[in-house]
Amino acid sequence: MKKYSPPKNINKSQTVKEMNWFDKLAHPGQFLKWSKYLILPLSLITIALFGIGLWFAFFNSPEDYQMGDTVRIMYIHVPNAWLSQFVYMAMAVSAIGTLVWRHPMADVSMKVAAPLGAAFTALALFTGSLWGRPTWGTYWEWDGRMTATLILLFMYLGLVALWRSFDDQLRAAKLIAVLTLVGAINIPIIKFSVDWWNTLHQPSIISAEGLSMPASIYTPLLVMMLAFTFLFVTLHLVGMRTEILKRKADALIRKSVSQTGNKGVGK
Amino acid sequence: MSFRAFTAIIKRDVKMAMRSFGDGLTLVLFFIMIGVIIPFAVGPNKVLLATIAPGVVWMAAFLSSLLAIDRFFRADFEDGSLLAMRHASISLSTIAFAKLIALWLTTILPLIFATPMLAMMLNMDYELFFRTILSLLVGTPALIAFGGIGAAITVSLKRGGLIAPVLILPLSIPILIFGISAIKTNAGVGVENTAVLFLLGISMLAMVFAPFAIALALKLDQE
Repeated sequence: MKKYSPPKNINKSQTVKEMNWFDKLAHPGQFLKWSKYLILPLSLITIALFGIGLWFAFFNSPEDYQMGDTVRIMYIHVPNAWLSQFVYMAMAVSAIGTLVWRHPMADVSMKVAAPLGAAFTALALFTGSLWGRPTWGTYWEWDGRMTATLILLFMYLGLVALWRSFDDQLRAAKLIAVLTLVGAINIPIIKFSVDWWNTLHQPSIISAEGLSMPASIYTPLLVMMLAFTFLFVTLHLVGMRTEILKRKADALIRKSVSQTGNKGVGK
Repeated sequence: MSFRAFTAIIKRDVKMAMRSFGDGLTLVLFFIMIGVIIPFAVGPNKVLLATIAPGVVWMAAFLSSLLAIDRFFRADFEDGSLLAMRHASISLSTIAFAKLIALWLTTILPLIFATPMLAMMLNMDYELFFRTILSLLVGTPALIAFGGIGAAITVSLKRGGLIAPVLILPLSIPILIFGISAIKTNAGVGVENTAVLFLLGISMLAMVFAPFAIALALKLDQE
């Protein structure tokens, strides 16, 4: 196992030159430098995609012949449902980064992704229940997919709570990485068991798969999925920058406290 | 040699649990009380009670095991035994496996012995009762294995007892699903056998893989 040790002084161009390209990209100090230039373009792309997607979704897509205007909830619901799983995948990859390469950036990525994933999952459930009311006639159905998403939300919230209950964030990262991977292995089992349980209890009344999608519905959906994915990437990047700066500030505070403390003892 | 060390860990944990007999008794009381509280909540309708009895027994076992896992590594962590175990002649994952078996013997087995009381109070018939025992025997090792992972991850937290159940509950839902399906006779032809097999599969997989996750978490925690 290769342990990652950041160089002492990142301002010296000598040490930065000696690093390979990956270390350069992933070094916290360097990351703060290059990611600064990404935020504005990423935000602009996100806003543009949302503009196009929402315009398509509200004004330039047909009503469904059965569901009418409520089909437009799908353009918000499906992207959030996709992200609820995508974010966990990103977290699991970061967890491998934490455990195998012991990379501090993987810790930061994992930590920032958890509340974002929880938010997207909660939105997917919320929009899903809003959509369920007019189409299925109920806010909540113990449908296999909804149930699995609810369990996923609890897993996200558990991880967020766990991050908050540790003081030492470096130790927290390793332990949470273990739990994240255990959860990742479990997600297919949960999905399978919930589907099995659901078919046992009640046959599905309406399935969303029944709709064959014409391009006029497909296009805005894809644009909105892209828009939400870019939203996640942007928020994730900003969150990672904030977390790094917060850790730097914490380290500075600790340093100054220990220095003044030493002086006090010396005198 | 290594097998003797393995059995020694089990013996040690069982012996320690026997000496603090009150803890185990409290857990059994808690298990029974959940079953006793349910009739007050839903009414003493015998038909209704018999219908929900399998679910009640599983919920009681579920909650009791969540209470039990906090004690899993806590004492060993606090008195330093865990540090000594890291330098034992057998690997930490083997020790974790032994401790999982000991935990099952000292917390779940007493609950299973107490199940007849619940069965009587919830108006279970004999067939339902034996199915419940079978499903508990087959499914609870997985419950303990997941609980062990949660306990290992939160062992250094002072308030780990609160957060570990929250982490473990979502992961344990498949066990509950297959555990209940294994009992219910009206679920469909052959379904209950399939459920028992699934439950057995999950339990065996969890008991094999959990010790490695537990050992990894304990090692990372003490770095």
